[in-house]
Amino acid sequence: MKTLWLELKSSVLLTLIFAVLLCGAYPLVVWAGAQFILPAQANGSLLVEKDGTVRGSRLLAQNFTSDKYFQSRPSAAGSGYDATASSGTNLGPTSQKLSDSINAAVAVYRQANNLSADTPVPADAVTRSGSGLDPHISEANAQLQAPRVATARNLALAKVKEMIKTATDERDWKVFGEPRVNVLLLNVALDELSPAK
Amino acid sequence: MNAPDAWIQFALYIGALLLITKPLGLYLVRILDADGKTWFDPVVRPVEQLTYRLCGIDPKREQSWVGYAFSLLAFSLVGMGFTYFILRYQDCLPLNPQGLPGLSPHLAFNTAASFTTNTNWQSYAGESTMSYFSQMVALTIHNFTSAAVGIGVAAALVRGISRHTAKTIGNFWADTVRVTYYLLAPICVVFALFLVSQGIIQNFKPYTTAKTLEPYTIQVARIDDVGKPVMVDQVVDTQTIVQGPMASQIAIKMLGTNGGGYVNANAAHPFENPTPLSNFFQMLSIFAIPSALTYYLGRMVKNQRHGWAVWGAMFTLFVVGVLVCWKAEAAGNPIHQQLGVAVTDGNMEGKEVRFGIFNSALFATVTTDASCGAVNAMHDSFTPLGGLVPLFNMETGEVIFGGVGSGLYGMLIFVVLAVFIAGLMVGRTPEYLGKKIETYDMKLVMLVLMLPAATILGFTAWASISTWGQAGLNNAGPHGFSEILYAFSSAVGNNGSAFAGLTANPADGNPHWNIALGLAMLIGRFLMIIPILALAGTLAGKKLIPPSAGTFQTEGVTFVVLLIGTVLLVGALTFLPALALGPIIEHFLMSSGSLF
Repeated sequence: MKTLWLELKSSVLLTLIFAVLLCGAYPLVVWAGAQFILPAQANGSLLVEKDGTVRGSRLLAQNFTSDKYFQSRPSAAGSGYDATASSGTNLGPTSQKLSDSINAAVAVYRQANNLSADTPVPADAVTRSGSGLDPHISEANAQLQAPRVATARNLALAKVKEMIKTATDERDWKVFGEPRVNVLLLNVALDELSPAK
Repeated sequence: MNAPDAWIQFALYIGALLLITKPLGLYLVRILDADGKTWFDPVVRPVEQLTYRLCGIDPKREQSWVGYAFSLLAFSLVGMGFTYFILRYQDCLPLNPQGLPGLSPHLAFNTAASFTTNTNWQSYAGESTMSYFSQMVALTIHNFTSAAVGIGVAAALVRGISRHTAKTIGNFWADTVRVTYYLLAPICVVFALFLVSQGIIQNFKPYTTAKTLEPYTIQVARIDDVGKPVMVDQVVDTQTIVQGPMASQIAIKMLGTNGGGYVNANAAHPFENPTPLSNFFQMLSIFAIPSALTYYLGRMVKNQRHGWAVWGAMFTLFVVGVLVCWKAEAAGNPIHQQLGVAVTDGNMEGKEVRFGIFNSALFATVTTDASCGAVNAMHDSFTPLGGLVPLFNMETGEVIFGGVGSGLYGMLIFVVLAVFIAGLMVGRTPEYLGKKIETYDMKLVMLVLMLPAATILGFTAWASISTWGQAGLNNAGPHGFSEILYAFSSAVGNNGSAFAGLTANPADGNPHWNIALGLAMLIGRFLMIIPILALAGTLAGKKLIPPSAGTFQTEGVTFVVLLIGTVLLVGALTFLPALALGPIIEHFLMSSGSLF
């Protein structure tokens, strides 16, 4: 009985000491270091206008519907692109629901971008990401959307393709991950070039 | 699979893992010895001594296996209670800028069990459930302690193997404190800052409201004046951006093979895993300690080739898993390809563009080989064979590198079984590193192997035929069954990843899922640890017998092959029938175009 009491006492005390050091001091040290050296990243990589308005985070997808914007991947986060409810569809490979939604998305994508009925559609354009907030699309997807955006904005196609290139991240250190186009940054750059009416 | 870039990334991952195994293993030798010297001594030693003094602990007093187990259970019980009460009453505690309410009793129980057992199954969605205080204190403390406890148990078992005619297997408190202070905390500070540089947030601000570029309209359900539900248009022109102390939690979540995400989408979320580079180092940190522990084993039993043989068996199983998962995901889903999806793109449902097919398959294999359970893509949306790999990895008992500590002690159980089988084949008393393996030892080994299997299959069967079990499903047909099987395999294996369509929190508040999973996690952790510590105790007490010509060598290719065979045989015999009803039949149904 005495041993039990001593063990529990040590357990409680050690838990409290760990709480102070690992749950207090440790995150605070990281917080201080991060805010001092890397404040932009530590606060969410926000895009802030000159007047202080936050327009979003370069890491989080936003919804774009009109022709003059490049469109993000479809989203299953909340009612769509809800950054407080990150989620994928979690629908399996033999799901009727998933198959139906991909079928519809393929048709909409082909129509919006004026593609023939046998053009293969890039997978990222019609599937929902794991987070629902994937800020990127594939290069192939961006290229297929380029003519639509160029027409809607009255820009030369070459100019739009050049801007895609600027918004493309190569593989990290030339090897890691996949090349990708950041949709929000690309659309912000387009708006700066030819302001949306 | 004909992408050279992916093969280069795979080679770099393996190379980096090999590179850190020896130095980190040697470092483990020092910190798992109460008198070991390290570079951090001038700073950390005084804190360590002070901790012992305040807690009334004598780190030099070695414990028997019973004493070790007793301390471990007391410490885990207190920690679980600590977390339970913080979660229940987070609304009365500080650092809750979003004003989130306390958790329901069964969700708090499930979460406390989940983090205490190093499972980190998430029944909740972090960004809409947990206050900063709950994240930082109630959850993070277990990310450290459950990892340290696991490493301590592995060290105790290795001591049992390497000692002879001894009564003790080390001191629980010294192991836990030293692993935390000398290993986990220092690496985490550096790792967390690196993660911030890649874009992971670390602040205490309330959520930010952004004015989005293009407003759009959605339809939402409302109750109108006469009490009828109607759909009304609502303009969305803002996006609420999650904030909080994320980086400090993510660093230990990976290094301690915990895997409990800050947000719902876990490491698929661009804040938790912003770049392919952060992804690479997160994957590396999952395997770092489990891999180094095999080197520690070799060093402690004075047979480095044995350590490398265990590593080799783990490594082979890992590589096969990656190749199968990668091939299945790269091939994609023929049903969707018929609808017009580009064949060359593979299965992108539930995956992020920056990671692509290969890094999603690699991450899924790493996280389920180790009992990490973080995910950078939604396993529920993998192809049947791609999803079979994570599922089977967990069902081998999390021994392919495995969780920190738990991977090594789990694999050593298979080592003893392999030695026993080899002994039976040649008709000699089995020996393991100079110790006779006897009836009592084999009873313990069988207990460790059979209890988790029975728990997984028993709970799966129960949930499959119950209303509460089926109520949580997101998918129909064989995939629904896979969701249940995956949930209990993950809980008992203390993994924590999920076929996440399954919800343990149905709208009617039925607590069955949360309680069943909570119990499965506790069984998978503590009813494994107790027989393992008993085995450590009995091995420590045995006399050393000199090796003879007939002694089975626990090194070299023959042993590696036998060990791999043992792991696969036990896993396959136990789970093949269940797997046939889930992913295997689904694979054929997908090929024939069936939908549910």
